[in-house]
Amino acid sequence: MHVPDGFIDAPTSVAAAAVAAGGVAVVLRRSEQHLLDARAPMTGLVAAFVFAGQMLNFPVAGGTSGHLLGGLLAAVLVGPWLGSLALTVVVVVQALLFADGGLSALGLNVLNMALVPAFLGYGLFLLARRLLPATRAGVLAATAVAAFTSVLLAAAAFTLEYAVGGNGAAPVTTVAGAMLGVHALVGVGEAVITTATVGAVLATRPDLVHGAGPLARQVALDGAVAT
Amino acid sequence: MFVLAGLLVALVLAVVVSRFASSAPDGLETVAASHGLDGEEAPHALADSPFADHSAPGVDDEAAGGGAAGVLGVAVSFAAAAGLVAAGTAWARRRRPARPEGAGPPAPAGTP
Repeated sequence: MHVPDGFIDAPTSVAAAAVAAGGVAVVLRRSEQHLLDARAPMTGLVAAFVFAGQMLNFPVAGGTSGHLLGGLLAAVLVGPWLGSLALTVVVVVQALLFADGGLSALGLNVLNMALVPAFLGYGLFLLARRLLPATRAGVLAATAVAAFTSVLLAAAAFTLEYAVGGNGAAPVTTVAGAMLGVHALVGVGEAVITTATVGAVLATRPDLVHGAGPLARQVALDGAVAT
Repeated sequence: MFVLAGLLVALVLAVVVSRFASSAPDGLETVAASHGLDGEEAPHALADSPFADHSAPGVDDEAAGGGAAGVLGVAVSFAAAAGLVAAGTAWARRRRPARPEGAGPPAPAGTP
């Protein structure tokens, strides 16, 4: 999912970089309000875990693989502001240290893998959480739905960038169909890994799951009463 | 404690589980190859850097090199993200030293 150099033309890449830089600047300003409760270690852990997850390509149909994007996972664990910062760090580290994702495509990749999944995906998560029962199963179901959809949103974001400034000759509708088709399969893997991870944190330290909201405090309380 | 355990899990994923990762092209690469989006793909500007493509300098074994790159990536990602947030926290505290207790979201008990 890391866009290399040359897929998208220079003007579009520069525009995407400007939008991504603006987005990250807003995130930095806004996340100030979320900084005072010392969440540096947890945000670091989320970035480290997502980095590791992005190394683990799992096979999907027909000689293709997929890997965790992690944007939705990060947003559910530390909230969309710190979560998108963690993902931005991962995308930059992948590009600068491991030559994964082009330097000219850095803005595109920050948009597709950090900002879009962390904010649009998290918005969807909140909506699903509201519609579902306020239980652990409800939170996990909302996580699964939003994780799956966040991959489709990232694929759609790439397709949009291709529509604006793609260097290939294939029609946009063909690219859209192919991208959404293969990423529907990748999204299933994303949902499985994300839900398993959130489930594990919810089982051990529910207070560290930002997206669980009031449920987290309730679960922590129940746990305290039970023990 | 939780963060240490979590980092350990991340390291195990990056070093051990990554050996079983699929080396097939990912979804975007497949679509790009089958629909010719990669006609103007340029080699990565840092393709010759020591850890390019999750390898390690002087390590010929692909899995071992990937594991070493994984340890580096996990460490750098943790340090950069935690450092960024820690620096931001220090900056925000300096800027608003008189922020009343309890005005923000409650700090979870026992946060490491």
